[in-house]
Amino acid sequence: MSLDKATVRRIAHLARIDVPEADLDPMVKELTGIMNWIEQLKEVNTDAVAPMTGGTDMKLAWRKDAVTDGAQPEKVLSNAPDKHDSFFSVPKVVE
Amino acid sequence: MTDLTRFTIASAREHLRKKDFTALELTDAHIAAMESNRHLNAFITETADLARERAKESDFRIKNGDALPLDGIPLGIKDLFCTEGVQTTAGSHILKGFRPNYESTVSQKLRDAGSVMLGKLNLDEFAMGSSNMTSYYGDVINPWKARGHSADLVPGGSSGGSAASVAAHLAMGATGTDTGGSIRQPAAFCGIVGVKPTYGRCSRWGVVAFASSLDQAGPMTRTVRDAAIMLNAMVGFDPKDSTSANLPMPDVEAALTKGVKGMKIGLPKEYRPAGLNAEVGMLWDKGAQWLRDAGAEVIEIDLPHTKYALPTYYIVAPAEASSNLARYDGVRYGLRVPGKSLDDMYAKTRAEGFGKEVKRRILIGTYVLSAGYYDAYYLKAQKVRALIAQDFEKAFGKVDAILTPTAPTAAFGLNDKIDDPVAMYLNDVFTVPASLAGIPGASVPAGLTAHGLPLGLQVLTKRWDEETLFRVCQVLEDSAKFPGLKGER
Repeated sequence: MSLDKATVRRIAHLARIDVPEADLDPMVKELTGIMNWIEQLKEVNTDAVAPMTGGTDMKLAWRKDAVTDGAQPEKVLSNAPDKHDSFFSVPKVVE
Repeated sequence: MTDLTRFTIASAREHLRKKDFTALELTDAHIAAMESNRHLNAFITETADLARERAKESDFRIKNGDALPLDGIPLGIKDLFCTEGVQTTAGSHILKGFRPNYESTVSQKLRDAGSVMLGKLNLDEFAMGSSNMTSYYGDVINPWKARGHSADLVPGGSSGGSAASVAAHLAMGATGTDTGGSIRQPAAFCGIVGVKPTYGRCSRWGVVAFASSLDQAGPMTRTVRDAAIMLNAMVGFDPKDSTSANLPMPDVEAALTKGVKGMKIGLPKEYRPAGLNAEVGMLWDKGAQWLRDAGAEVIEIDLPHTKYALPTYYIVAPAEASSNLARYDGVRYGLRVPGKSLDDMYAKTRAEGFGKEVKRRILIGTYVLSAGYYDAYYLKAQKVRALIAQDFEKAFGKVDAILTPTAPTAAFGLNDKIDDPVAMYLNDVFTVPASLAGIPGASVPAGLTAHGLPLGLQVLTKRWDEETLFRVCQVLEDSAKFPGLKGER
């Protein structure tokens, strides 16, 4: 298993993390090392095994579909890096 | 005057009620210790004024005979728990300036029990690490030193600030969180007790998420009894966390005196690989003998999928982390680095805000979840995780508890270069399997290496059986007579 530069560039884009061109090579090496180590899982026969999808075997509890919180725009916006009235501001998305 | 930082939670509680000293005096003594030990870098944020205010409230209640279970006990809170109005960083630059408008359920419960928060404790960034060396706020220094050496040692991680502050008597106890060993391994490195309860015992609400199917909060203290007292106050059903258990919690403090007579204890043979550190192996044998001496039967057991636990963890945890950490986008809180477009702003913010290890894990997680690889990696890991959990289920058909070493070595040097990420991940080889299975685990300080550094023993039990866990831990503590950093507890 070996990751190439193009793959690392692609996953960095999917993860929305800027990776400078100079950092790609060491990153390829590190990630390949980790993925190679992970490859040993292929030895395990899991044909008849149901995946464990959470940390517990409990059933999720039901609750009433009701509004329990909200209407606190000041609190929600209190940590905003940039805001306008009761909205978060971001760079222009639609031309 | 007696040094008020020397007490355990259990004894301080008695003294406070007998009015031998006040909560404010107790808190002031810990604030002084916190301030004179800043070189350990255990705290990211100190909240001395807030602590004094809360201590005065405790004194008022104690005076009126309305003392709460933890009234006046000074605790540290890992900086992964959101605290209302107090900066919460998760050890990351990306949460720069973040002041939550709410309190995590666990820290709220500790507050409601009357405890006094001294400040927010340093940790590996987003709890990703085993040495506390990935924090944006700098390395934490282990208060222990190897005999005759002055080199700084790591406190373990990710709850490194928690472990260091409790070991050095800056706080009487601290909260930790454990995803793959982040309570147990630093507890072992710093010679204290650390308990990861069953997944679902402590609410995750308001705790900055790393890997949601693994994250679990727990207490870190200097004695088993103190851990029981703290844990009793931290647990409980919380409708705000969908995986919180609506089950009664055994009174673990009351269980401490019950002993292990007639119990069956398993020693998994897979935890003794060729090349196991000799001192670690010897201490493990000693621990087994202590339990035999206390009337337990000790047998060898099999946990055949143990060797696959770490690689499984390094698919599951990064996959969940990559999803959880998608929320840090520079829009609603924390750091924002301007960009030409929205996407560019996201990518620049995340490039600057996340450290190296966090980025590495997000990329691994993104890769194993990406189209074409999901089945080969993520689904495969979930299936192996099921096999690991089944190993434990089968074992608990034969034994009441399992005894293992907590970590493969004692604390290592801050300057021992560990450049290979996989070598660093191996620190958690004994703690990760229980995390994957969701079972409770604890580390008890059990002895010192030839160089005078603490080693821990790990106890594991089946889900929801914290009672047996604490009974075994208490016997280990009584037998080990571990001296603690200050030679007394």
